[in-house]
Order: sequence, then C-alpha cells, then structure tokens
Amino acid sequence: MSKIGLIIKREYTTRVKKKSFIVMTILGPILFASLMILPAVLMQLEDDEFKRIAVIDETGVFVNSLTNTEYIEFYDFSGRYFDQKTFTYDVTKATDDLKDSDYYALLYIPKNAVNNIKGSVILYSYTQPNVGIKMHIAHNIENKLKNIKFQVTADDLQITQEQIDEILSVANSEIQVVTNIIDEKGEFKETHSEVAMIVGYVSGFLIYMFVLMYGTQVMRGVIEEKTNRIVEVIVSSVKPFQLMMGKIVGVALVGITQFALWVLLTIGLVSAGQAIVLKDYDASKLNPTVMEMGSELDATSVVPDEKAMEFEEIFQAVYSVNYFAVIACFLFYFIGGYLLYGAMFAIVGSAVDNEADTQQFMLPITLPMVLGLFVMLTAMQNPNGSLAYWFSIIPFTSPIVMMARIPYGVPYIDLFISMALLVITFVFTTWFAGKIYRVGILMYGKKVNYKELWKWFRYKN
Amino acid sequence: MNALVAENVEKKFANHLALDDVSITVPEGSVYGLLGPNGAGKTTLIRIINQITAPDKGQVFIYGEKMQSKHVENIGYLPEERGLYKKMKVGEQALYLCQLKGLSKAETLKRLKYWFEKFEIQSWWDKKVEELSKGMQQKVQFIITVLHKPKLLIFDEPFSGFDPINTKMLKDEILNLRNEGATIIFSTHNMASVEEICDHIALINKSRKILEGPINEIRNNYASDIYEITFEGYFNKLESTLTSDYKILDVVENSQKSTMKVEVLNKNIKSNDLITIMTQYGNISSFQKHLPSMNDIFIKVVEETNTLIK
Repeated sequence: MSKIGLIIKREYTTRVKKKSFIVMTILGPILFASLMILPAVLMQLEDDEFKRIAVIDETGVFVNSLTNTEYIEFYDFSGRYFDQKTFTYDVTKATDDLKDSDYYALLYIPKNAVNNIKGSVILYSYTQPNVGIKMHIAHNIENKLKNIKFQVTADDLQITQEQIDEILSVANSEIQVVTNIIDEKGEFKETHSEVAMIVGYVSGFLIYMFVLMYGTQVMRGVIEEKTNRIVEVIVSSVKPFQLMMGKIVGVALVGITQFALWVLLTIGLVSAGQAIVLKDYDASKLNPTVMEMGSELDATSVVPDEKAMEFEEIFQAVYSVNYFAVIACFLFYFIGGYLLYGAMFAIVGSAVDNEADTQQFMLPITLPMVLGLFVMLTAMQNPNGSLAYWFSIIPFTSPIVMMARIPYGVPYIDLFISMALLVITFVFTTWFAGKIYRVGILMYGKKVNYKELWKWFRYKN
Repeated sequence: MNALVAENVEKKFANHLALDDVSITVPEGSVYGLLGPNGAGKTTLIRIINQITAPDKGQVFIYGEKMQSKHVENIGYLPEERGLYKKMKVGEQALYLCQLKGLSKAETLKRLKYWFEKFEIQSWWDKKVEELSKGMQQKVQFIITVLHKPKLLIFDEPFSGFDPINTKMLKDEILNLRNEGATIIFSTHNMASVEEICDHIALINKSRKILEGPINEIRNNYASDIYEITFEGYFNKLESTLTSDYKILDVVENSQKSTMKVEVLNKNIKSNDLITIMTQYGNISSFQKHLPSMNDIFIKVVEETNTLIK
C-alpha cells in the first residue's frame, strides 16, 4: 500500500471505530426515522382508546350535530342536569358525577354559544384530552354554526339551499398557481416550487453541517498530532503534504460513510417502522379528522377521488425534481466544499498549539459559511436573483447556495462556472495550506498571527 | 566510505541564520556526536538530513549519493520532541509507523515480535499508548526507530527521560547497532555519554561548525601539558624542586602514596625530564598525560567563539 494510502486508512479506521461515530451513526437515522413516522404513530395511538363524552347543550342546537366516530361517542345529558325550578343546568353536579362514571369527559355548550362561540364551549375531563378530540368537537360545532348562519342568511335573502351551496363552492374554490418553465426548446414543463424549496434547503443545510463537522475533525486531528509530538516522526517518513492530504481524504471518507449509512439506515428504519407500526395503514386512518370534515361538509362525499388526486399531485411534485442531478451535485459540492474548507481547517490546526487558540483563525472560515447559509434562505425564494447567482458562483459560498438553486433547475453554464471555480479554488487553497502546514506543524510555543502565517507561506521548502 | 557528507549547508529563517556554511563528514560505522548549546542549529541540521526541511544552499550526500526521497527509508530518526498517538494501541501504532517507512506488513510483524520479545514487552501490544509510562513509551519509540534496519540512525537527545537502567540498555543497543554496521548520529548535551560511546564529534555553535574530528584526536589537541601522576616517596622534596617551570595541582597525600597533577609551564621541557626529576625522590607507580573531558572542551570552545563573535 502506498504511504498516503496507509495514512488514509489509519485516519479512516481510527475514526470509524470510535464510539462517538458509532453512536452518531445509529442515533441519526433513529432520529430522522422517528421524525418521519412519529406523527403518524401518535395519531394512531391517540385514537386508540374508546371514549364516551357526556354533553350538556344549553342551546339544544349542537348536540345532535356531534357525530360519533370509531373512538368517540357523545351522549346527551342535557335533560338530566336541567333544574326545573331555576331553568338552569347544574354543571357543577355534572362534573362531580363525571369523576366516578365511565365517561371520559363532559362537554358544556352554554346558551350564548350561538352568538358568541369563541371560548365559550368547555370540555371538562380528568386527564388532558388529545388534540384529535378537541379538533373533532370544534369542527362539528363550527360546521353546525355555519349551517345555521347560512340558513338565516338564506332566509333573509330568500334564496334556496342549492343556491347557497353554489355560492359556497365558488367562494371556497382553492386557487393554485401552476408554474411552468419554458426550456430552450420552447417546451413547457410543470414545476413545483415547494418541493424544490425543501430539497434545496435540506441539501444546502446538510452541506453546511457536514463541512463544518468534518472540517473541525481535520483541525482536531492536526492539533492532536502536533501536541502529541508524533508529527516529526511521521514527516521523517512521508512528506507533510501527504500527511495533510491523507488526513483530509480519510476524514472525507468517514463523512461519506456516515452519510451513506444514515441514508440507508433511515430508509430501512422508515420502511420497517411502517411495516410494523402501520400494519393496517391506509390514507383515511392517517388523518381521520380531515376525512370527517370533508364528509360533513359535503354530503355527496367525493372524498376518495379528491384524495387520490391529491396524492397523485404530491407524487408528481416530488418526482418533478431531478434527483439524479440533486444527488450528483450534492456529492460534488459536498466534496468540493469540504476540500476547500478542510485545507483551511488544516492550516488552523497546524498554526496553533492547542484547541483554545483556534478562535482567532476560525472567524474567516466560519464567516463565509454562515453568510452562505443566509444567502441560501433568500436564494430559496428567488433562485435566479443576482444575489443567489453571485453567491452560487463564488467558491466559498457556492456549495451551500448552489444546492438551494439546483432543484429549481440551473442553466448549465452557471453550473459549469461555479464548479470550475470551486475546483480551481480548492486546488489553490490546498497548495497554499500545504505550504503553511509543513512549517506550522514543526513550530511550537509561538504566538501566531496572520503576518506569521504569511511568512511561513513564503519559506522555501 | 562516508555514511553522510553535508557540504556548505546554509538555512535561513525569517530573521536569523540557523545554519551558516556547515559541512560535516560522518564516516561509515561510526558513532557521531553532534554537539552544541541550545539553539545552535543542531535540530535544523538533523531535520535537513531527514528531508523534513530543505537547505537554502549546500548539498547532502548519503552513502555517496546525492540526497533523494528514497533515502528516508535508510534513515531511522528519533526526534527530541517525540510522541505517539495516545489513543492508538501499541501494536497497531508500531505497525503503522513502520509501514510508513516502507516495510511490508508481514516483515514488520516478524521484526516487531523479535523486539517485543527482546525487551519483554509482549503484553503491551494491545494496550493503548496513554496507559504506558513515559519510559515505556520511549522504549516503544526506540523499537519503531530501528525496526526497518536503517543504515543511518539519528537520535536527538535519546537519553532524556530515561532512568539509569534504561539509559544503559539504550547505550548497549546503540553500540550493538553500530557493531552490526549501522552508522549513528546522535545529538546530546550529556558529555559523559559522548566520551563513552562517540568515535567522532562535531561541535556547532551560533549556526557554525566550530570543531570536528575523531574524539581522541580532539581531546589530545586540547590537552595542555598536564600529567596525572601517582608517586611513592618524598613529596616535600619533590615539591620544593618543582618550582618555576612546573605547577603542582590537585594533590592528594596518603600515608605513602600521593596522587597529583603537574602542569609543565615551560614548552621545552618534555615528560621524560619530569620523570627524571621524580625518580630521584621516589617511585612513580603511574604516569599519564591528562586529557581534558569533553565537558571542558565544550565549555572552552563555545566560550571562545562566543567572545570572538561578540
């Protein structure tokens, strides 16, 4: 094995065998997967328990519009707690009775609810009710209230229910702007900005995170070798540049390994999770309130078709992004950005004697990265603006900013200029870093400033 | 053949000259002491020989060949500032560092086994370096330095941090290696060890080489006319005779024997003349020329050049 190969191998194996790497590699996917599965699981768990709810409805209007579901049943107790003498409802007694009953909660709708619904409906219970129940009740009452008000208006205006429905359907129509991009050949292509935005944001942020995380590892590694004083033994066998490159490449491979494991494990966990937890998974169960809301509103129930269309649209949107281009560019910009910054992190590591001294040199490294992150947020909204354009060309921010532009489609010439500049720059910074590094690693106990670094750069080897 | 020749080497750092026209010649099979005060330029010279830095001017030849990158495989270097990866296991680390010197894995393992057995440290193989004491780490480092059987070995302050037992062991190993044909350059401040094991020395001060040669020759050259004498007889009479042309130093008088040093002040007087005088008053049981210690020479020469440069 060549010497640089040996160095890469050592840098790689010692890091991959570390506990922190293994823990991170396992925890990451668990975290990602749970973020994906958890909402669905929670929704299922919430509705698992069958609940009876007692209702006191002073208005007498709403109680019949509360619909029972698989897990919730409503019972009208308005009669039992009505005091004939005072013509009021004894809510206090009702809540006392609730304690030892097999009813989960008491729903109280006061008299003024019709006129002033906001905050007047109260749900009494001994445990915190879940969001699903609250939403179900709110939707039921809201729809009833709407219907009443429509009826009143309809009577006033002397129009029929059909006419109201027609007006409503016009008023409710959702407007969606379909975006079409016209390509060079004059063909139209439908695009979906929302998905592009998310894909761009996530990949840009991942690059930021990975470059910073693994760049710091390079720096720590250099400092470790310097403080351990092993570096002089090694540079008597290999060239300092080989040692530096071996470290940078070794750490990059660790990063790629971790990334690949994360992707694979996340996919594995998500599909396993879906198979186990959501055995009887189907679209309607995932979101029961939406279903009922729809059926309540519209008696004819066109829901399944609407649903199917919605899904189709989402899939279409998700697939409209050119993932091959995204992944290929992600790898390129991750490696390019990492090499560019990794070399600079190596300079910092070689210039100092311990980690506490790195602060003064970190700013010029982190500043362009943070700037890139901020520009990326703007670029997501205006991917072809001049700000996004220039920052996706400048090599120090291009890995982050260009990733935000790519899902929207970027002209090849922009991509080419940006990539070429990135390659030229990292070749230059690596060469520059190599010259400082070889002096820095053998220099101890010296307070180093930028002038000193410049002097090192100009030493002959 | 010479193991190493450096010719007119010059190395400049930003605002000082670390080596000024330094030439040294290290004969094959010698133990060559590289001496000099702190900051004289020894480490810079050693780094140039190891190709860690390159000279601004001058040339280095290794076994007659102009220095090239392949030569690092013929050199074993134990730097003054040394260390190991703390978190790595001893065996793994030794394997890694020796492979970096160009040895194959199988060969490295075979030789490591030999040395670990020789030093009786097999049980350290799977220990992390941070679990070893400093002396133990130095032993491991010594093995790593010599494992690839380099023809030229360079030790920078090898004895610092070693206890007397390990120092002795290290000295024996260095001489063993020399006997097996290796050439050893070693830099130290410990003058006693220089006298003990060096054949040749070079003294560097203020970036310049100020002295070089076989150690015995140098000691003879710096010897003044002082003789160490053990004498049995009438010391009082002797003392009164050796007046103007002689000076008696460091006398230890015993019941019968007295040991002393006598300096001859007059250049025309030979040692035989002194012996002739002494035999008149008693027996000479030993008589030898006093050679200055390396320590004395070191201090004398360094101080002389310092005043010259001032």
